[in-house]
Amino acid sequence: MTESLASEKIEDIEIRLLLEALYTRYHYDFRNYAMASIKRRLRQAREQLGFPNFSAMQESLLHEPSMLPRLLRYLTVQVSEMFRDPPYFQAIRDKVVPHLRTYPSLKVWIAGCSAGEELYSLVILFREEGLEDRTIFYATDISQDALHAAEAGIFTLDRIPLFTENHRKSGGKSSLSEYYQAAYGRASFDKSLRRNVVFSDHSLVTDAVFGEMHLISCRNVMIYFDRLLQDRALGLFEESLARKGFLGLGAKESLRFSPHAAAFADFVREEKIYQKRAD
Amino acid sequence: MAVRAEAIVMGASAGALEALSTILPALPEGFRLPVMVVVHVPPDKRSVLAELFQAKCRIPVREVEDKEPIAAGTIYFAPPDYHLLVETDKGLSLSSDEPVLFSRPSIDVLFESAADAYGAALVAVILTGANQDGAKGMLAVVDAGGRAIVQDPDGAFAPAMPQAAIEMCPAARRMSLSAIAAYLQEV
Ligand SMILES: C[S@@+](CC[C@H](N)C(=O)[O-])C[C@H]1O[C@@H](n2cnc3c(N)ncnc32)[C@H](O)[C@@H]1O
Repeated sequence: MTESLASEKIEDIEIRLLLEALYTRYHYDFRNYAMASIKRRLRQAREQLGFPNFSAMQESLLHEPSMLPRLLRYLTVQVSEMFRDPPYFQAIRDKVVPHLRTYPSLKVWIAGCSAGEELYSLVILFREEGLEDRTIFYATDISQDALHAAEAGIFTLDRIPLFTENHRKSGGKSSLSEYYQAAYGRASFDKSLRRNVVFSDHSLVTDAVFGEMHLISCRNVMIYFDRLLQDRALGLFEESLARKGFLGLGAKESLRFSPHAAAFADFVREEKIYQKRAD
Repeated sequence: MAVRAEAIVMGASAGALEALSTILPALPEGFRLPVMVVVHVPPDKRSVLAELFQAKCRIPVREVEDKEPIAAGTIYFAPPDYHLLVETDKGLSLSSDEPVLFSRPSIDVLFESAADAYGAALVAVILTGANQDGAKGMLAVVDAGGRAIVQDPDGAFAPAMPQAAIEMCPAARRMSLSAIAAYLQEV
C-alpha cells in the first residue's frame, strides 16, 4: 500500500481519510467494504448533500453529529423484497425445514435484515410449517433506520403485488393477505409475527457472535464487503452455527473463493444453502 | 494508443443477442483479455446468456459470482438484477444498489468502475440499444485515457444508445459489428 500512495488520486486519498474519520469518531467501519460501490455512493452523497469535495464532507462529519445519519443513508443499501428469489425460500421450506423439525427449539439469525422483508418472509414460512412457536428469530443490521422500519413492519402497498407473487412462487401455503392490514396506501404486518423476534443493532464487521444458531440467512450483505471482511463475517457464521447448522447466502454469492469453504458442505447448491460440517 | 490494453468492457441492450453473436464467437482461442459484459435483461429471469454464449464461443464464458477474480481470456456476464463492478484489485463485485437509468445491471456502473481500475488500459464498447445507458460511463473511460468504440448507429438494430454515446464522447470510434470483432483481436 505505502509505495503506491504517491500515485493515489486525490479523491481516493480523501475517501480513505473520510472513512477513517467515520470509524475513529463514530465506530462505523466501512474501511474494508468493496470500494467500487462505496465510491459511487459517496460521490452521490457528496453531490446531493452539496459538498465541493470529500475533505469538506469530512470536516462536517467530524464536527456535526447530525451528518452521521445522513451519510449512513448513502453508505448502506436498503434494497430488498419479501421472498426475494422464491426458489431460495422454496428450498428452505422443502429441504431445510425437515431437518429443523427434529429440534425442540430453534434459533434463526437474519443478518443484514434491512427493513424486515427477509425476516417477515422467514417468520411466515416458519408459521406455515408449524415451527414459529419454537423459534427465536434474531434480526440484525447496522442501520437504525432499517431496524426501526423492520420493527414497524409497514410497507407501501405498491410493493405488495410483488411480495404476494414471490410468496406464492416460493410454495406459500397461505395467502399473504392474511398477515397484513391495508390502509392509507400502506400494508401493516401483524404484530404477532414479531412475537418471537429480537431486533438488534449488530455489525458483521465489528461485533462478535451472540448465540448458537440453527439457521443463518445473510443475503446480499457480504457483496458489499471486500474479501477480507467477507472472511471475517463467514468466520462469525461458522462460530455461531450449531453443528450441522445451515447458512443461506444471496443468489450470486458463494463460499467458493473463501478459506472458510472447507467448514461447509453444499446443501442446496443452486440456492447457495450450505451446511456446517459435523467435523 | 501507446498503452497495452488489459481489459474490455461492453454494453448492449435491445438487439444485444445478434450484435454479441457477431463479436464474441470471433474471439480466438488463447485470447488474452478479459471481457466484462452488461446486457439489459429483465430482473426476474434466470439468465441464460452465459450458457448460450458458452456454446458459441471458443473462450470460457461465465456469469459473475461476487468477488470472482478476473481471469485472462474469459467473458463475464453481469447476472440479472445486480450491478457489476470492477475493483481496483481486479476482482469483480456485485451490488444490489438502486437501478441507474432504470437499469440493473447498468452499463454506466460497470464502465465507471472499470475506468477507475484500468485507466488507459481499458477498451470500452457500446452496442445497439434503445436508451442512454453507457454514455456517461464511456465518458469516464475516455477521461481516464481508455479507448472508446461505438457501434455505428446507422447499422444498429436500435441506434439510440450508440448515438447517445457518440454525442457524449465525440472522439469515440464508430465501427460496424464486423469491424469491432476484428479490432478487438488486435488491441
Ligand atoms: C441490500 S440489503 C439486503 C437485504 C436482504 N438481506 C435481502 O437480501 O433482500 C443489505 C443490508 O445489509 C446491511 N449491512 C451493511 N453492512 C452491514 C454490517 N456490517 N453488518 C450488518 N448489516 C450490514 C445494510 O444496512 C442493509 O440493510
